[in-house]
Amino acid sequence: MSSYTLDARRMLCPMPVIKTQDKVNELQAGDQLTVICTDPGALNDIPAWCRINGHKVLETKEQDDEVIVIVEVGNGT
Amino acid sequence: MLATKAIMEQGIHVEGINFFTGFCVEGHTHAIRKKDKQKPKRNNALWVAEQLGIKLHIVDVIEPYKDVLLNPKHGYGANMNPCLDCKCFMVSKALEWIKEHDFDFIITGEVVGQRPKSQRAQTMPIVQEESGAGDLLVRPLCAKKLPPTLPEREGWIDREKLFEFSGRSRKPQMALAEQYDFKDYATPAGGCCFLTDETYSRKLVDMWQARSDRDYDLDDIMLLKVGRHIRPRPHFKLIVGREEGENKYLEGYKKQFTYLRSTSHTGPLVLVDGKLSSDDLELAARLTARFGHGKTAESVDVEAVFPDGATQTLSVEPIAPSQLKEEWYV
Repeated sequence: MSSYTLDARRMLCPMPVIKTQDKVNELQAGDQLTVICTDPGALNDIPAWCRINGHKVLETKEQDDEVIVIVEVGNGT
Repeated sequence: MLATKAIMEQGIHVEGINFFTGFCVEGHTHAIRKKDKQKPKRNNALWVAEQLGIKLHIVDVIEPYKDVLLNPKHGYGANMNPCLDCKCFMVSKALEWIKEHDFDFIITGEVVGQRPKSQRAQTMPIVQEESGAGDLLVRPLCAKKLPPTLPEREGWIDREKLFEFSGRSRKPQMALAEQYDFKDYATPAGGCCFLTDETYSRKLVDMWQARSDRDYDLDDIMLLKVGRHIRPRPHFKLIVGREEGENKYLEGYKKQFTYLRSTSHTGPLVLVDGKLSSDDLELAARLTARFGHGKTAESVDVEAVFPDGATQTLSVEPIAPSQLKEEWYV
C-alpha cells in the first residue's frame, strides 16, 4: 500500500473529481490518495464518485478553507 | 436518466460518460460566492449515476472542444452555443470511448423536436452521421419515431419497450419519471451550459476581441464566470470581486495578473486583464476605489501589485458615478 497526495486547490467542480479519477486509475487497490481542494463541492462530489466507482472514502475534513478527502482505492467493481 | 433506466430495465449493463468542456454550469458560481454557500453543490451527473446505480466516467474535453466552439460547422444558437456541433462532438467522443472500453452502443436522452437547434427531426440524423456513430446511437425515448438502429435490429434491445416521445412538452417524460419512481431530477429545461447565457457569451466575445485572438484556456473561461467585468479602455479590463467569496477566488490569480486593492478602506480585489500605462493605472485605481467602502471618501489609497512582485501605491479620488460609463460594463 502506498500513499499519494493530489493538489486540486483552486479547481472547481468537476475538475477535482476528474483529477481524482485520473490519479486513482494509475494506482493499485489498497493505495491511499489524499486530495486537497478549495471547492467545497468536492466534499460531496469526490465521495459520490468513490461510491459509484467502488472506492472507499476513509476521511473527509474541512480546515483553513480547504477540503481534504482521503480515498482508498478499490478494485474497481 | 430516463433513457438509461429504460435500457437498464432490459437487463443491459450501462455506464455513464460526462464530458467537461469548461463551460458546464455545475454550481461554480455557487461554489465561489459566499452568499450561496448554503445551496446544494451536487454534481448532477454524479448524482444521477448514483441514483441509477451505474458507474460514471467524467472526461475532460476542454482542449478538443475549442475547435467545436471556434469553428462550428452548423453555427451558433442564440448566443455562443454551438449546440449541434457540440452534440456531434460528444457522440463522437462517446464512440471513441465505447471502442476503447469494449461497449456495444451509445444511448442518449434526446427527444425529437425537443430543442430548436440540436434535437429536430432534420438534425438527429446529422448527429449520427457526423459523429461517426451511425446506427450505434440509440435514443430510447424517441426510438419508435426513428428508423431501427443496429441494437434494435439485432435484438440486443427490444424496440417495443422503447418510447416515441416527441416535441417540446416534458409531460411524457415526467410521467415516465413517476413510473420509475424518480422523485427528484435535474431541471428539464436545460441551462447546463454557460455558452447559452447571453451575458457570459458577451464576455467571451469581448475577451476575444480585446486580444485579437480567439484562443482561450480554462482560467480564461472560469474567470468570465466571476466578478464584474469592466472595460474602460479597449486594451484592458478589470475583474472586480463582488463579495468575499469571489475576492477569495480571485486571490488565486494574484501571481498571474496585476491586481489592485484599497489599503485605506475595505474593498474588492481587482484583477487587471491587459497592460496599463500610468494613466490607465490611475483610472484602474479610481475604479477600484469606487467599488470599496471608500467610494464617497475624498481620497483612497490603492495598492497595485504587479506580477513581478513590484508594488505601487496611489492616492486617488474614487471615480464619480457619472463618470463610470454604462458601456464599460461587459
